[in-house]
Amino acid sequence: MTVNGSKPKFAMYWAASCGGCEIAVLNTHEKILDVDANFDVVFWPVAMDAKYKDVEAMEDGSILLTLFNGGIRNDENEHLAKLLRRKSQIMVSFGSCACEGCIPGLANLSPVGDIVHAAYNTITTDNPNEIYPRISYDVPEGELHIPKLAKVLRPLDLVVDVDCYMPGCPPESHQIAAVIDLVIKVVKGEAELPPKGSVIGAGDSTVCDECPRARNVKSIKEFKRIQDIAPVDPDLCLLEQGIPCNGPATRSGCNARCPAVGAQCIGCYGPAEGVMDYGARLITAFSSVIDANTTEEIDRILDGIPDPTGQVYRFNLAGSLLKANRDAWKVK
Amino acid sequence: MTDHNFEPTIIGFTCNWCSYRASDLAGTARMKYAPNVRLIRLMCSGRLDPTFVLRALSEGADGVMITGCHPGECHYIEQNYKALRRFLLLRRVLTGLGIEPERVKLVWASAAEGARFASETTAFVEEIRKLGPLNWGKDEGERRKDEEGNKNSSFIIQPSSFEKEVPA
Repeated sequence: MTVNGSKPKFAMYWAASCGGCEIAVLNTHEKILDVDANFDVVFWPVAMDAKYKDVEAMEDGSILLTLFNGGIRNDENEHLAKLLRRKSQIMVSFGSCACEGCIPGLANLSPVGDIVHAAYNTITTDNPNEIYPRISYDVPEGELHIPKLAKVLRPLDLVVDVDCYMPGCPPESHQIAAVIDLVIKVVKGEAELPPKGSVIGAGDSTVCDECPRARNVKSIKEFKRIQDIAPVDPDLCLLEQGIPCNGPATRSGCNARCPAVGAQCIGCYGPAEGVMDYGARLITAFSSVIDANTTEEIDRILDGIPDPTGQVYRFNLAGSLLKANRDAWKVK
Repeated sequence: MTDHNFEPTIIGFTCNWCSYRASDLAGTARMKYAPNVRLIRLMCSGRLDPTFVLRALSEGADGVMITGCHPGECHYIEQNYKALRRFLLLRRVLTGLGIEPERVKLVWASAAEGARFASETTAFVEEIRKLGPLNWGKDEGERRKDEEGNKNSSFIIQPSSFEKEVPA
């Protein structure tokens, strides 16, 4: 690791995301002081004032570590992703949005015009004159621009090279703390960074492996929404109770936080190690628990999952095999 | 979209114990059927991971045919039922992703049913030919533009209405 000057530089940026990743970083409590003690925070819009032109003025590769959260939804996101990639030695795809699109990625199911229409013309929006934003507008002082929406939301690695992935929505704070410790060790020369493309700050198994619930042979006659089951058995596997739980396909690392407290896993840690397509793995998992052998009966049971695409791709749609494989997206 | 020059690319996943032999039989019996199917032999239709289907579709296949033993005749007792369940759920997911579910087909064919294998294959190829190519390189917006002709699908709409709001 080459480090110029006294302290290595740290940056964090949010693209199309909700801000939860930043909260998760702050949730590391006093560990955040270690970041300050070991790094010079040069760019972190949510926490400090910095201008894009300050980053543009930096030398290429002068930032040691950039945590980039959020997907690439507009040309501003793309510009910052490319800029920070140039300026950074280690680019971490941080959080589910950057890794696989997350909830904003579900917008890829609709054409961009419909998305804008929904935002400006829903029943809760009072917009009688159908006023829509424009990309550019002339004022006496010059031309004003707003970022232009891309056709689709892309995960970060479809736009720039990424060194490490850190999944989670948001990544668990104890995992962030561990990663901070790791990077500090790397800076001090006490440890080595995992190879490029590694997933850090997460396990390599599935949520089921960390789940404390009892598992038997699963065979179910009905899928049910969790709120329709009362009471939920506190000790038995949720999938066994007919609740579509995404644990079997989801990467471990969260200590099975949701199933442990009685909520089904929704899959925020993304595909487990070796899973090429998250949704396909879940289709397999759900199919193997269905206790029916005729088309009619299987269809009746499947009706219990009202939105199968949303169920199996809630976090992974933009990163899924089918959606992410479109040539139209692959513009680095 | 009907393009008469369009030759569909179909990937077929066949079971070693029944339909793969059915295709062999169709071949040795010199039956004629559409040559658009590339067969991949699995040991059982239960081996079919939905990933295979998604991968095929994402890399240029226009349709995927899955074939297995008739219900109750699985060499591994009941794995073809698992294939059936996966197939039914996969079709629902594909529909949600904007892909015609008819592009994936499940056929039961025993080792003796060479004729059935041939006719089902030909029927499937014709069905896909009618559906047209899976335009996976294009996103929904472009596809819609194609469908609607050259209507404005840009989201920068009605600049005049915006000007009303901003004093010059």
